[in-house]
Amino acid sequence: MAEPVIILENLSKTYLVPERDAGVMAAARSLVQRRHREIKAVDRVSFQVDSGEVVGFLGPNGAGKTTTLKMLSGLLHPTAGVGRVLDFEPWQRQRDFLKVITLVMGQRNQLNWDIPASDSFELNRVIYRVPPTQYRETLAELTDLLDLGPLVSKPVRNLSLGERMKCEIAAALLHRPQVLFLDEPTIGLDVTAQRRIREFIREYNHRHNATILLTSHYMADVEALCKRVVVIHHGRILFDGPLTDLVKRFSPHKTIGIEFEHQVEAVDYSTFGAVIEQSDSRVTLRVAKSDTAKVAGRLLAELPVSDLTIEDPPIEEVIEQVFAQEVAP
Amino acid sequence: MIRTLSEVYAAQLRTSLAVQFQYRASLAIWMIGRVLQPLIYLVVWTTVARARGGDVNGYGEADFAAYYIMQMVVTQATFSWIMWEYDYIIRSGQFNFKLLRPIHPIHADVADNLAYKLLTVVILIPAVFFLAWLFPPTFNPQVWSITAGVFAIVLAFLLRFTIDWTLAMCALWTSRVRAINQTYELTLIFLSGYFAPLAVMPVWIQNIANFLPFRWIIAFPIELTLGRLTPMETLLGFGMQLFWLAVAQVALSLVWRAGVKQYSAVGS
Repeated sequence: MAEPVIILENLSKTYLVPERDAGVMAAARSLVQRRHREIKAVDRVSFQVDSGEVVGFLGPNGAGKTTTLKMLSGLLHPTAGVGRVLDFEPWQRQRDFLKVITLVMGQRNQLNWDIPASDSFELNRVIYRVPPTQYRETLAELTDLLDLGPLVSKPVRNLSLGERMKCEIAAALLHRPQVLFLDEPTIGLDVTAQRRIREFIREYNHRHNATILLTSHYMADVEALCKRVVVIHHGRILFDGPLTDLVKRFSPHKTIGIEFEHQVEAVDYSTFGAVIEQSDSRVTLRVAKSDTAKVAGRLLAELPVSDLTIEDPPIEEVIEQVFAQEVAP
Repeated sequence: MIRTLSEVYAAQLRTSLAVQFQYRASLAIWMIGRVLQPLIYLVVWTTVARARGGDVNGYGEADFAAYYIMQMVVTQATFSWIMWEYDYIIRSGQFNFKLLRPIHPIHADVADNLAYKLLTVVILIPAVFFLAWLFPPTFNPQVWSITAGVFAIVLAFLLRFTIDWTLAMCALWTSRVRAINQTYELTLIFLSGYFAPLAVMPVWIQNIANFLPFRWIIAFPIELTLGRLTPMETLLGFGMQLFWLAVAQVALSLVWRAGVKQYSAVGS
């Protein structure tokens, strides 16, 4: 039975944001009379992540994902609630805590631009007090998994975005953290680089039984890595459970794809369901989940079908459905 | 702990030197500015001294030359740019990475500052000889005053860095730290003995300067190294340096703790 490594209980973060109306007069008034508005970035969020689990933390921009990750990695003090990571209270920022976690933020750099990544790696080795043997092993492992090769000896500013991200991830993992907070680690990367980083995260999780909380707007990342997802919107948890359940719960539709033996003419497919795509030999329909069997039966009986597939809608579509809801059903 | 810290300093120093080497031309240009400033003051004050029959409150032309040459050395040893840097570091979200490391961020900043100082020594030494050739100085140093002067410069560096770093942390509260930095630097220039020896200032300004930390950062190490202070004045100076260093350390600790607590972690 895996132990919970990350625990959040009613964790909340409220920002106090100054605000004023537009215009010079409003600007002058704000000099003497400042107005503030409270923004609940994270509102009584509770969930746990077990040791070795990879959990997708999903939500639209401004949902509270990054704020939550910042609290869990010790960058932010919460306004209320409880948060524990490996039995540490993150925002106390104890050295022993910081040595066993990492936070990777896509498109933000911890590596120094002017020098090769290997120089920054060496500095991290000393700061994290990684024993030389372990450092050599880890670096060799990361070089192999991320295909770093000659990249580490070039000044970081001369690397491409994908190459830089690989070096960033290596720098963040040289101390072999047990808990990884990955905030959009594949953002801005091309498809090949995304896949490479995804494979790496999976492999790192397997090899070291690391606990990973991952945010990503790329559903391919989530589908490839996370059995479980936590969905947050307006600072509140909307869903916490297996990815498959998310689809079941939030998608009231199925997608039926039909291929025909020969060209079919003058058929009104809208009598079967909503037409998503249509060509001479193929039609894709969206139908209510409860009608799926009935519609499939009709299609097989009434049309010269050579192949019929019934699928859940793409995960992006399901996520959109989830975000469209204000509170959990 | 001390061993770890010294290893971290050595590693950070190597990294900072590697970075600074990338900007050799920029370093040289900055240094030209640092040499030009005392040169300007020297021209002004030697002209004033000449107009006054060769002396302004005990400072003749050669005394001014010695003062400003030493001022250049002390300023170079003690100055920091950390407040200006943190304005950007915090706004851009780079501060997050400093916070994530299992070591206080001040250590990396001190090492970075020292790396710059190490590299610029090669420009500073010829600059000293150049100014001494242009404006022949009068030096009356004694072994004890030079030795004590070195300690005073080290303490002055620690004091100024602690104050600067504490002020840099203001960027955790407000995004308008540039105004604070500017006010602080102007006060320091005026009351530290950077702009002119405090002896040529009105007495009431000297009195204010005595009770503030600034003169113990610039004027005290200069006057001590040049052999212008008695042993009693020297002891008083060290006492004031240590007192202000203790005050600055307490302030840094309080500001750091409170600042990190309310840090809004801007940027992502």
